[in-house]
Amino acid sequence: MTSTGTIFQREINAYFLSPIAYVIIAVFMVFSGYFFSVMLGLTQEATLRYSLAYTQFILSILTPVITMRLFAEENKTGTIEPLMTAPVTDFAVVFGKFLSAWALYNIMIAPTAFYIIFLAWVGSPDYGAIISSYIGLILMGGLFVAIGLLVSAATKNQIVAAVIGIVALLILLVIGLASTGNEGWFYSCLSYLGTYDHWDTFTKGLIDTRDVVYYSSFTALLIFVAVRIVESRRWR
Amino acid sequence: MIKVEQLAKRYADVFAVDHISFEVNQGEILGLLGPNGAGKTTTMRILTCYMPATSGTATVAGYDVFRDSISVRKQIGYLPENVPLYPEMRVKEYLTFRAKLKKVPHRERKLKIDECIEKCRIKEVQNQIIGTLSKGYRQRVGLADTLVHDPKILILDEPTIGLDPNQIRQVRQLIKELGEKHTILLSTHILPEVEMLCGRVIIINKGKIVAMDTPSNLESQLKSGSNIVLEVRGNGEKIKNALSSIKGVKKVVWHDKGEVNNFAVEAEKGMDIREDIFSNIVKNNGVIREMKQIAVTLEEIFHQITTQEQEVMT
Ligand SMILES: Nc1ncnc2c1ncn2[C@@H]1O[C@H](COP(=O)(O)OP(=O)(O)OP(=O)(O)O)[C@@H](O)[C@H]1O
Ligand SMILES: [Mg+2]
Repeated sequence: MTSTGTIFQREINAYFLSPIAYVIIAVFMVFSGYFFSVMLGLTQEATLRYSLAYTQFILSILTPVITMRLFAEENKTGTIEPLMTAPVTDFAVVFGKFLSAWALYNIMIAPTAFYIIFLAWVGSPDYGAIISSYIGLILMGGLFVAIGLLVSAATKNQIVAAVIGIVALLILLVIGLASTGNEGWFYSCLSYLGTYDHWDTFTKGLIDTRDVVYYSSFTALLIFVAVRIVESRRWR
Repeated sequence: MIKVEQLAKRYADVFAVDHISFEVNQGEILGLLGPNGAGKTTTMRILTCYMPATSGTATVAGYDVFRDSISVRKQIGYLPENVPLYPEMRVKEYLTFRAKLKKVPHRERKLKIDECIEKCRIKEVQNQIIGTLSKGYRQRVGLADTLVHDPKILILDEPTIGLDPNQIRQVRQLIKELGEKHTILLSTHILPEVEMLCGRVIIINKGKIVAMDTPSNLESQLKSGSNIVLEVRGNGEKIKNALSSIKGVKKVVWHDKGEVNNFAVEAEKGMDIREDIFSNIVKNNGVIREMKQIAVTLEEIFHQITTQEQEVMT
């Protein structure tokens, strides 16, 4: 566990030593603020529900930008070589990197707390729904980060990592959206696989175990696959 | 300390390392010498558990590189080719990160890092951002990293490449000092480096070991005969014939420059014919203006071995 902590610390420092963290946080604030004000003006309801629906789209684009450098950069510059020849397990490296990107994701969404203060000032929001939305947002972030991390582990090109990550997340979003409201086993499978429905439940103020299980098991599976990818270099 | 048996690594259909076997004994500095693409880096990457071998075995400090990778990695300090470092970190910060990663106990960490900084002479840049360091300093930061957990074995891939002559001398001196406490395997294509540093040398070409011995033994074994260069005044034709008739002479090359003649005489292995040359020339009324014996250097051996592919396994 200590190696994971060491890796985590270095990665977090690396994020904030380069402009990437600040740029991503700024971009996110601009867009989420825009959607918040537009949806508030349209609906006149003291809720985050509608603006968060759009936020998912922004997050699908920004999260792979957070994760793209995790392995791709090390693969490219060759620092992966001293890293993987130090006495650390593949899991510790992958998990440390995962946690750092997830932490940055959470730092990125943290400023949206101001919107709640604003809502409380103009009306009376449903705090239960807000809390469950944030739990959903954080869990969904774990899944998004795991997908981006996995893609990054498989390439040495950061742009490729970001693009494939974004495409993968948008596919997950679209299959969820497209199948919502449709009947039949095919659509229920798709909507289970897609992120949209699980996320929607959270924004309604419901914390359903099925959704929690969906996000956490999917995330764990992807981390496991990422460890395998990193490890595969050592296979005979 | 390091034992390699029938190690091979295949890329597509070529062997980058072709069934090599060797040992590195405790406390020695072994040089891996070879031209570009010989398979030096590949061998080192296998030994440091960065990549697996296609076949064969290798043990480092008694641990198998394939099965016991973590234990192996604890025992080695590895300086990869081109020394990849994180450009955004500061030198000391980087070494602290590496020390933590290599599980140097918290109590000793500061002391160990300062020791390495001292040894590698990077005190003046310890708070500088790595991305702004010159090549020589980067190299030394890499070396400091290999030492930080006090490993038994150092594996250094071309530690002096890209340095200026002064820096080369300093880094070599450093490696020499390190050799007193550590077992070292280093790779290079610079011959004087091997002559200076290594107790033993392995010459590797196209993935195969072509020679393995001490630098001085290699020289004496491979002397394909000594070359003698002469500048003589006198009748060139007569002197050439006289030289050719000396016992042990393999070849005489004559450059006629009018008054003065230049000769290059190649003698058989282990024959000293200088005195015979002298008396024969004097007998033919020649005047020797210069006589020089050209010693065979490792450079020539290296060139011979790697271009002609003679098998000289010992
Ligand atoms: N990933 C790879 N895929 C295919 N071939 C490779 C790969 N890595 C190395 N090779 C080949 O393996 C051979 C040995 O390479 P290696 O890097 O070990 O040589 P080297 O002795 O370190 O050379 P140099 O002195 O240039 O560093 C080369 O022919 C190289 O092209
Ligand atoms: Mg090399």
